[in-house]
Amino acid sequence: MTGGVRRKNPILKTRQPTLPPALRSRVALGMTAGAAVGRLDLQQCEQCGTVQYPAREVCRSCLSGQLVWRPQDGLGTLLSETVSRASMELYFRERLPWRVGLVQLAAGPTVVAYVHAACAAAPADVRVEVALDRAGQAVLVAMPLDAAVTLAEDPRLHDMTCDPTHRKILVTDGKSEVGQAMVRAFAAAGASQVWVGHAEPWKQPPGFAALAELPQVTLVPLDVTDGQSVTELAGVIGGKVDIVVNTADHHRTYGIAGRRGVETAQAEMEVNYLGLLRLAQAFGPALRGRAADGDAGAVAWVNILSIFALANFPPHGTYSAAQAAALSLAQCLRAEMRPAGIRVVNVFPGPVDEPWNQLVLPPKIAPKGLADAVVKALKATVEDVYPDPVARDWLERWRADPKTLERELMAASPSSAG
Amino acid sequence: MTTDALTGFAAALAAGQIRIVDLTQTLTPDFPQIGLPPEMGQSRPFRLEEVSHYDERGPSWYWNNFSCGEHSGTHFDAPIHWITGRNLPNNATDTIPVADFVAPACVVDCSAESARDADYLLTVDRLTAWEAEHGRIPAGSWVLMRTDWSKRTDPAAYQNYDETGQHTPGPDVDAVRFLVDERGVIGFGTETIGTDAGQAAHFTPPYPCHSFMHGAGRYGLQCLANLDQLPPTGALIVAAPLKIRRGSGSPLRVLALIANGA
Repeated sequence: MTGGVRRKNPILKTRQPTLPPALRSRVALGMTAGAAVGRLDLQQCEQCGTVQYPAREVCRSCLSGQLVWRPQDGLGTLLSETVSRASMELYFRERLPWRVGLVQLAAGPTVVAYVHAACAAAPADVRVEVALDRAGQAVLVAMPLDAAVTLAEDPRLHDMTCDPTHRKILVTDGKSEVGQAMVRAFAAAGASQVWVGHAEPWKQPPGFAALAELPQVTLVPLDVTDGQSVTELAGVIGGKVDIVVNTADHHRTYGIAGRRGVETAQAEMEVNYLGLLRLAQAFGPALRGRAADGDAGAVAWVNILSIFALANFPPHGTYSAAQAAALSLAQCLRAEMRPAGIRVVNVFPGPVDEPWNQLVLPPKIAPKGLADAVVKALKATVEDVYPDPVARDWLERWRADPKTLERELMAASPSSAG
Repeated sequence: MTTDALTGFAAALAAGQIRIVDLTQTLTPDFPQIGLPPEMGQSRPFRLEEVSHYDERGPSWYWNNFSCGEHSGTHFDAPIHWITGRNLPNNATDTIPVADFVAPACVVDCSAESARDADYLLTVDRLTAWEAEHGRIPAGSWVLMRTDWSKRTDPAAYQNYDETGQHTPGPDVDAVRFLVDERGVIGFGTETIGTDAGQAAHFTPPYPCHSFMHGAGRYGLQCLANLDQLPPTGALIVAAPLKIRRGSGSPLRVLALIANGA
């Protein structure tokens, strides 16, 4: 266990997290919205086509108010750079020196960007990416054109990511197919420790026993429907976990008319909503306390939700409602983790290829595809993940008009078939 | 006469001539809950959520909310639990005559057989052999099947699942009919999670103990503990379920009274 993992000196105070400046105007948050899903958006004028930065209320060229956020390729030229060696901001003081440059984008505007260590000195061709910093706000980073270079390779920029390498992960339910895939993905990604929660020890689903053979894996009893179980596990490993990955999910396939009573809906809420609440209460404070704990402190909280959280899918109606509740709570968790710089990553897969989606037509995302998307998201700087075509399609329709999507989904209701 | 009997009973209790054995498992979230195929309705396991603990939620008091299915932990099955008993009079926890909650017990020790074979089935032959040794099973008494299953503190060993389902001992079809029709017992009790064997879904009829006992207005007790402390005959069982309106059963405290030296 100690090989390759640096341990901190226990007589030294654990550092408190600091955050980069987080204030943005309302209009500037448009860039954060794109950054949340890893997309560089800049304002473009509908009237004259000018692309502008920073965000403004009107077009700097023609004064039109018809501005829209459009994806950009970020290609440009690093014109000049400087190295900041002094700052009044605590976050930067702890990380100086810091490389900053001006990039002339091919799309027009010149932007101020952090400059990745792998970029050649100005003038140089670069690609500007958008990233979420530890305050959860969008920042621009000039990257070399070589797409293989990652943000995490620059030690200054590394802590904008939540790279699971060398980190200690809790997967809250390792018994489901998604949970098993998640455990394997984190082991493959170089996590130093994967705690695998498992409820109801008398049930041994196929594949679960083999997880214990992975050297990084430790099985731990955890039932998110049982507050005592959650508290007890937090008492044992709460001060060690760097990333919580909540895979606990109770999925049944009923609407209102298809299932009498509330037992099934209650069970869905117990796991998907109250389970998240119990986990957040038990593990959240310890994560916040360790957000600046050395090279591999606590960094992230991942919720595996469902695209059904955005709009009700009537054939899985009560499950959709539980997912909507979980999403709302995850937003609260994000707000409460923000001051510590702990990133809450919400993942919204479309139907997963697992037994409860047997009757859903393909395409369905494979558990492994979902797990790989989570690892990829943590290595990047996104906080909302739509990992498959169905999810992205729903998202697009939901953004275009939630009411239209609602009406389209009504057609999927079994009771509308006749 | 009644007053004298109770006075004598109280005196015997005070003098330590009567011992009380707790036949109840502790209610905890960890105690195994009956499992059904996942698409079916599920009985919720026992859960405890703190209301306050001498803190800002209630400065001077500690208390909890608990929730569970009627059939959680050591529990009582009422006749209405099964479709065969649904139309009987006084078939629910609130209407069963209270006199039925105190009854003598015959304890059949099947611990050796169950240790050898998790699917052990109690037969009529085994019951008649027991009677040859201890006398005829009296009408109106409980028959408790001792298997020492309650000593399996590992939940996985207690449930004893494999890919063909649960493997726990219980009565066979004929044994249940014998106890109901020919002995007139008040009910059947086990240390396992059901009064029926783990594989009883495959019997004809399925779940004979539930089917025949409840169809005849008799009761069930399951998840009992400490049956190894009971004599084959002579124990008096106090088993009163919660008075749930139209309840199909309830968790309960089961006590056995034993004359010392029995």
